[in-house]
Amino acid sequence: MNAHSTTGVADSRPSRTMPSASMSPRTSRSPTPALELCGLSKTFTLGGGLFRRGRALGAVSDVSLRIPRGQVMGLVGESGCGKSTLAKMLLGLTTPSEGDVLVDGRPLRGASQKALARRIQPIFQDPYSSLNPRKRIAQIVGLPLQVHGIGTSREQAARVAETLDVVGLPRRAADQFPGQLSGGQRQRVAIARALIMRPDIVICDEPTSALDVSVQAQILNLLLDLKAEFGLTYLFISHDLAVVEHLVDRVAVMYLGRIVEEGTREQIFAAPRHPYTRALLDSALTPEPGLGVPDIGLGDTMPDPSDPPAGCAFHPRCPKAQAICRQQRPRLEAFRDDSTRVACHLA
Amino acid sequence: MTTSHVSPRASSAASSAVFGGEIPLPAPAWSRVTRRVFGHRGLAIGLVLVALAVLIAIFAPLLAPHDPYHQDIANRMVPPVWHDKGSWTHVLGTDKLGRDTLSRLLFGTRISLTIGLVVALISGVIGTTLGVLAGYFGGRVDAVVSYIITTRLAMPVVLVALALASLTGGSLTTVIVLLGLLLWDRFAVVSRSVTQQMRDAEYVYAARTLGCSLPYILLREVLPNIAGSLIVVMTLEMAHAILLEATLSFLGMGVQPPLPSWGLMVAEGKAYMFFQPWVIAIPGIALFVLVLAINLLGDGLRDLNAPGGRN
Repeated sequence: MNAHSTTGVADSRPSRTMPSASMSPRTSRSPTPALELCGLSKTFTLGGGLFRRGRALGAVSDVSLRIPRGQVMGLVGESGCGKSTLAKMLLGLTTPSEGDVLVDGRPLRGASQKALARRIQPIFQDPYSSLNPRKRIAQIVGLPLQVHGIGTSREQAARVAETLDVVGLPRRAADQFPGQLSGGQRQRVAIARALIMRPDIVICDEPTSALDVSVQAQILNLLLDLKAEFGLTYLFISHDLAVVEHLVDRVAVMYLGRIVEEGTREQIFAAPRHPYTRALLDSALTPEPGLGVPDIGLGDTMPDPSDPPAGCAFHPRCPKAQAICRQQRPRLEAFRDDSTRVACHLA
Repeated sequence: MTTSHVSPRASSAASSAVFGGEIPLPAPAWSRVTRRVFGHRGLAIGLVLVALAVLIAIFAPLLAPHDPYHQDIANRMVPPVWHDKGSWTHVLGTDKLGRDTLSRLLFGTRISLTIGLVVALISGVIGTTLGVLAGYFGGRVDAVVSYIITTRLAMPVVLVALALASLTGGSLTTVIVLLGLLLWDRFAVVSRSVTQQMRDAEYVYAARTLGCSLPYILLREVLPNIAGSLIVVMTLEMAHAILLEATLSFLGMGVQPPLPSWGLMVAEGKAYMFFQPWVIAIPGIALFVLVLAINLLGDGLRDLNAPGGRN
C-alpha cells in the first residue's frame, strides 16, 4: 500500500454525480446520514497560566464518521482515548476546535442549544450522577418539556406518564426521588428523559457500564426496542466489545483521539485489520472463570496524549511495528468496497 | 466520573426489615423527620434552645415584667433573687440606672437574633454568588474570585469593622451592614468547592444539553444540592455575627445605648465586675447559651445532611 496515497476520507465517499446547478451536492449523494462528523478535532490547553501558554492536548483529532439514519454506530476504545470528548462535542457541551458536525446535513455550528436538544439527546454513563438527587422523577423526566415550553402542565404530566410506561417504569415512580430507585430504574429514568422530546439521535455514553451485569441486558434490550419503535439513530460509546457486538450495525475503533478502524460489525468482529482492534477483541473477558484476565501483550500504559508518539500513535504498543510506523502516520483509508476504513501501514 | 452516592443506609434498612422479624409500617414523612431530628441529641438541644430564643424574641413585650428602658433611680444595682438582698420584683436584678435586667435580657434576644439572621442572609447572598460563579465557571472567573476571597481573608474583621464603625458612628444598622459585608468569606469558600464538584455532575450536563438557561442551572440544579452545606455555614456565621456584635458593642462601636444589646450590657457592667459579678455574668451566659445552641443546631444539620444520613 502506498503510504503517500491521497485517498483521504472525503475521497472515499461515493463520488458526486455531474455537478448540476439545480441539485445541491448533498442531495445527489447517497441518502443524507442522520449524523455526520467532518474532520472533528478538539484541542485542550494544559497548565497554562495568566501569562503562560500551556501545552496542547489533542483529545480528538480529525474524526470523520457517517451514521446513517436508523443505524447504531458503536464507538470503542480505552478510557482516555477521547470518546467522551467526542460525545460532548456532539451534544454541544464543548465547541470543536476544528471540523463540523452535520445533523441531517445541516451544520451544528451556530445552531441554538435548544434546536440541537430536539434532535440529539444523551444517555449518560452514571445513573447515580445523571439525575439531580433533589428532584422528583416526574420533574426530571418532564424538564425537557418544561424548558422548551411544550404543552400545558397537564399535557406534560400525561406525556411523562406515557414515557415512563414506554421505558418500563411503574407510574408511581413519578413521585419518587432518584435515591429511592435502583441503578437500572435510574437508567430507565435517564432514557425517559432523553426520549420525551422524541429526538432522532441518541448519544449513549457507556449507558450500561455502571450497572450490574444482570441489569445491563435489560437496558440494552430496552434501547433496541426503543430504536425500533421510534426509529432512532444511536451513537453507542462503550469500552465493552461484548455489549457493542450485541447492539451495533457498525463499529468505529478509537485510539488516542483518532479513528483507527471503522467498518461493519461483521467485518470488525470476524476480520479485524488493525492490530489495536485485534488486541481489543482479544482482551474481551470470557465467561469462563479461572482463565483470568487475558494477556494481550500490549503493556498497560497508554502514551501521554499531550505528547503522542511520532508516526503511528499505536506503534510503541504494536507487536508488528516496522520502521515506517515510527515515522509516518498512516491515513484512514478505505478498504475493499468502501465498507471498511483502516489506519495502518500493514493492514 | 467516579462520584456515585450510594447510600449504605438503604441496604441496611432493608435487611433489618427482613431479619428483624416484623415489617415496620412505613411511617408518615413528618414523623420520620421528627424521629431523625430528635434521634440526634445535639441537634435536638440546639433546636429547642434556638426555638425558645425565637419565641422569646417574638413575645418579649408579653414576657418582660418591666419596661426595659424604664430607669428606677431608687432601685439601682439590685442583686438577683437568689442573692440575700434580692427581690422578686427584679428577678435578675437591675443595672446601674435601675433598669430591670431580665426585661433587658429578653428584649436583647431580639437584637442578637436580628443581627445573626440578617448578617447571615446578606453575607450568604454575597458569598454564595461569588462562590457558585467561581466554582461553576472556573478559569479566569475563579482566579478573580479567589483573589477577592484572599483579600477579604487578609483583613482582620474586628479591626476593619471597628475602623469603619468609628468613621460612620456605631448603630444597629451600621453593625448589620458592616458584618454582612465582611462575613461572606466562608460562604464563598464552601460554595465554591461544593460547586466545583457539582459542575461536572452528569445532571448538570443533562440540563446544559437541554438548553436550560444559566440562571436555571445555577439556581435549580446546583443551588439545591449545595444548600445543605450552606445552611451549616449559615448557622456558624449567625453565631459569629452575634459574638462580633457583642464585641463591637462592648468596645462602644456597635449598638448604642439605650438599646438592650447583650454586648452593651456586659460593657455597661464591667466597672462593677468585681463586686457585683452578676451584672456581666447574666448577659454573658445568655450570649454563651445562644451561640452554643446555634452551633449545636449547625453541627446537627451537618450530620443529618451527610450522605450516610439521608433516607
